[in-house]
Amino acid sequence: MVIPNQSRSARVRPYAITGGRTRSRHPLLLETLISVPDFDQDVRDKLIPEARDIYVLCQVKQSIAEISTRLAMPLGVVRVLVSDLADHGQVQVHPTGHVAGQPDRGLLERVLRGLQTIS
Amino acid sequence: MDYKPSPDGSEPLTISTKIVVSGGFGVGKTTLVGSVSEIPPLTTEALMTEASEATDDLAATPEKSTTTVAMDFGKLTLDEGLVLYVFGTPGQSRFWFMWDDLVRGALGAVILVDTRRITDCFPAVNYFENDTDLPFIVAVNCFDGMLTHPVEEVREALALSPDVPIVLCDARKPESARDVLKELIRHALTVVA
Ligand SMILES: Nc1nc2c(ncn2[C@@H]2O[C@H](COP(=O)(O)OP(=O)(O)OP(=O)(O)O)[C@@H](O)[C@H]2O)c(=O)[nH]1
Ligand SMILES: [Mg+2]
Repeated sequence: MVIPNQSRSARVRPYAITGGRTRSRHPLLLETLISVPDFDQDVRDKLIPEARDIYVLCQVKQSIAEISTRLAMPLGVVRVLVSDLADHGQVQVHPTGHVAGQPDRGLLERVLRGLQTIS
Repeated sequence: MDYKPSPDGSEPLTISTKIVVSGGFGVGKTTLVGSVSEIPPLTTEALMTEASEATDDLAATPEKSTTTVAMDFGKLTLDEGLVLYVFGTPGQSRFWFMWDDLVRGALGAVILVDTRRITDCFPAVNYFENDTDLPFIVAVNCFDGMLTHPVEEVREALALSPDVPIVLCDARKPESARDVLKELIRHALTVVA
C-alpha cells in the first residue's frame, strides 16, 4: 500500500523548506512587477495562506515592495513565495529596466519622455 | 488599475524601474516622494536582518533582528508599458547597509540637501560616490524658499566633483519634484555608454 506523501505539496513549498533563500531565474527587485495572467480558483485553493494572499492580490499587477506593504509581509518572505509561484508558472514576473548592471539609453530616454508628458 | 488578462492567459509585459531619493534626516525625502507619486506614498518596513542577508555577523545579534526600517515609495505610470517607482531611503544613516536593496537596479539617485544642515547628507554623498556606480545629482530643498548658501558653496562644502549637477527644488511642489527627477535622468544619459 502506498501512502501518499502529504507533507510536500507539489504546487508550492512553504518558504521554510527553502530556508528563506531562493535562486530565482528572475531577480526580484523591490520594483519588479508581479501579475496573475490566468487566475485559477483551484490553484488558489491549494496554496498555503501566505502564497494565496499574494496570488489573489496580484490579480492587479503589483511590485514586490507593494506586495510587502499591502500584506504586511517581510520582503524576504514575499521574494521566496513569489519565486515559488513563478517557478510553477502561477504568476508572471515582469521585466525591470535593469539589464546587466546598467540601464540602457533607450530606457532612460523613455523615462524622460514619460516624465515630460506628466503635468 | 486597468490591467486585464487576455483570454489566452498571455499579457503584455510592463517594465518597471526606480529612482532613489536619499539625504540626511528630515530633509524632505518623504515629501518629495509624495509630491511625484500618483498613489498615496506607501511605507514598507523591512526587518534589518533580511535587509542585510549578506552580512552574516548580524545573525549573531538576535536583538537586532527585530529592528525595522521604513522605506517610503511612490509610483508613476510613465506610459502604458512603463512604471517608475521612487524610493526614499530611511533617514537614519545607521541603516546605510539597507540601501543596497534600495539601489539595486535603480536608474540613479537624488541626494536631497537642506542647506541649514548641509553636513547631514555626507553619508549619502559618500555612499553614492564610493559604494555604487549609480549616477546621482544633488537637489537643494529650499525650505520656505530660502537659499542660505549659493549653489557653488554647496558644491564646495560637499566636495562634489564639477560633473555632479546641483539643482534647487521645493520638495512639496509636484512640478519642482518632477523637474528634479528629469534632471537626474538627463544626467544619467550623459553618463551611460
Ligand atoms: N517649509 C518646507 N517644509 C518642508 C519642505 N520639505 C519638507 N518639509 C517639511 O519638513 C519635514 C520633514 O520632511 P520629510 O519629507 O518627512 O523628510 P524626510 O527626509 O522624509 O525625513 P526622515 O525620513 O525622517 O529622514 C516635514 O515636516 C515636511 O513637511 C519644504 O520644501 N519646505
Ligand atoms: Mg521620511
